[in-house]
Amino acid sequence: MTAISSDFSSVPVLPKWIVPVLLLAFAYGVVPLIGSSYLFEAILLPFLALSLAGVGLNILTGYAGQVSLGSAAFMAAGAFAAYNFNLRVEGLPLIGSIFLAGIVAAAIGIVFGLPSLRLKGFYLAVSTLAAQFFVQWALTKFSWFSNNSASGVIDAPRLSISGYALDGAIGRYLFALTIVTVLTFLAYRLVTSQTGRNFIAIRDNETAARIIGIPVLKTKLLAFAISSFIIGVAGVIWAFAYLRTVEPDGFDLDRSFQILFIIIIGGLASIRGAFFGAALIVVFPLGLSRLGGFLLGDLFDSGVLDMSQRIVLGALIILFLILEPDGLVALWDRIRRRLLFAWQST
Amino acid sequence: MPLPSYALGVMDASVYAPEVFARGLPSTLRQEQQPQGSGEPAGSVAAAAAPLLSLQGIGLSFGGVVALADIDLSVQSGEIRAIIGPNGAGKSSLINVISGVYRPDRGHVELDGAVYAQVPTQRLAHLGVARTFQNLALFKGLSVLDNVASGLAYKVRSNFAGQVLGIGLSRDEQRDSLSRAEQILQFLHLTAIRDRLVGTLPYGLQKRVELARALVAEPRLLLLDEPMAGMTASEKSEMAAFVRAARDRFATTVVLIEHDVGVVMDLSDRIAVLDYGRKIADATPDEVRNDQRVIDAYLGGASDNEGTSSNEEGAGI
Ligand SMILES: Nc1ncnc2c1ncn2[C@@H]1O[C@H](COP(=O)(O)OP(=O)(O)OP(=O)(O)O)[C@@H](O)[C@H]1O
Ligand SMILES: [Mg+2]
Repeated sequence: MTAISSDFSSVPVLPKWIVPVLLLAFAYGVVPLIGSSYLFEAILLPFLALSLAGVGLNILTGYAGQVSLGSAAFMAAGAFAAYNFNLRVEGLPLIGSIFLAGIVAAAIGIVFGLPSLRLKGFYLAVSTLAAQFFVQWALTKFSWFSNNSASGVIDAPRLSISGYALDGAIGRYLFALTIVTVLTFLAYRLVTSQTGRNFIAIRDNETAARIIGIPVLKTKLLAFAISSFIIGVAGVIWAFAYLRTVEPDGFDLDRSFQILFIIIIGGLASIRGAFFGAALIVVFPLGLSRLGGFLLGDLFDSGVLDMSQRIVLGALIILFLILEPDGLVALWDRIRRRLLFAWQST
Repeated sequence: MPLPSYALGVMDASVYAPEVFARGLPSTLRQEQQPQGSGEPAGSVAAAAAPLLSLQGIGLSFGGVVALADIDLSVQSGEIRAIIGPNGAGKSSLINVISGVYRPDRGHVELDGAVYAQVPTQRLAHLGVARTFQNLALFKGLSVLDNVASGLAYKVRSNFAGQVLGIGLSRDEQRDSLSRAEQILQFLHLTAIRDRLVGTLPYGLQKRVELARALVAEPRLLLLDEPMAGMTASEKSEMAAFVRAARDRFATTVVLIEHDVGVVMDLSDRIAVLDYGRKIADATPDEVRNDQRVIDAYLGGASDNEGTSSNEEGAGI
């Protein structure tokens, strides 16, 4: 938010917490009552997982300015780590497994963040691909990670918190919603703290940041660690709450790009942006397939859908980069300001 | 001496309290710290006479280009020292050497008694040195207030977890750095724009914000690389007044690069003149004004010089 929101001087400003609190009240109090299981399974669960991954990547790329193409690797690391902690550590509660999985992802993030101490921009992005390929390779190569299951695909453990089962669609939704809410709140606190300002300083001018005494190397690695922690937990939600299976294939390079597109479309350096971007990425293919089916009937099979999805999405990203580099968030803020202004002047 | 960061905790409550600051904290603070600092070797005996900054035999070249050749320079505590010279004379390179951005090929830099082959940039703020850049080096995505507060980042000791949860040192630190930043904004008449993103400000104001970011650390040595470039005449004299006021209020030693000879003559205690990487004069403004070599190399051609650089400097003189 820091980088985007400029001045709201001409319109009345609501206290910042009102909108999030209303949204949460709706998400907890109303959605579980009215939502269909399709809404939870096909829309809200992937939306929550991808939003959280977007929040994590935004800390690294949007705020700290370090480009990464390894997000899916950290999701995979989180998912498999949580699975193994849950499987192998007797008596560890689920939340404990998830937290430790985040720590594992953070540690891997630090290792693959080391090149950022020497590399920038495009070169750094390419070096983060190493994480992507290495993690996927390791997870497929060593069957220990998937408990020696023949296919490499394993069922996620059943979700329960202190004996209370959260297996149904609503239960998994509430589980995911709670984790996403807590981590997003902490992420918001982070980016508005001194450490968050240090991230932005390094992004905007590394030399000046070093001169004023910001510990540049430490801060970059911290950004990798925190970002990977959050993305790792997002991976757990993806595997445990959404897919309910744990498999390396879902965490490929496509997924990494998807998360990058989420923050570009939603808005770099904006926590809200991750949610805007994830909403678009999740809803858009569903809408497209409905529209295509409606217009073309049977001609619009899954192959055509996949292709048209890529084409339209690609075009959308280019459009955003050219017309609205600050993303949906900026667009939204402008529309809202205009509406408020129009409403005021009537 | 560097502001000892270990002293921060002790002073948190008393000295750093905003109301004390308002009555002129910086000078009090400095007096209290002086004895502490000069407890280190070499400091106390020669403290009165030894220069705060001295360069010995500095040489620096880029490929075939000699940017600096055998430069000696000695700056006394509390003085405003100008560095002038034609474009490409090596002025910025000199400041980059002093701040550790460049490592000189030859010679060394002595800061407050400590000798460096390359000044450690990462510790520069702890050593009490702050600088501005010829081309703005602000953090575009941060507000004016946050940019200025970031000048205190070097003394932050709370970690990210404490800051996120709002526990421990972090709250005090946050409050202190914001209140100090507010004080500096007031000092430089920037309060009205404290919440603006710096990227949206006109050039002259951005220059002033950069000065504020450097000043908020209350540096013992302030390096200013063309702080008035691109300003109108009235902005320049305003800025000159700020530089002088900063020296008087914070007892800061200033090294200043500036092309406007009128401003320089008026503002500085001594002037060093560079030409093709060599120091051709180092004296009081009056002496420099009448020095034949300086007139030949720079002042005589000053009209040309202003002519060539007027496009980047804007109309002003
Ligand atoms: N990083 C660098 N790489 C290559 N050459 C450099 C570098 N920095 C400075 N130089 C060269 O060193 C010489 C001195 O440059 P410097 O920037 O110090 O001059 P200056 O006196 O600050 O000039 P100006 O008044 O235009 O700012 C110039 O010839 C310049 O091209
Ligand atoms: Mg220069």
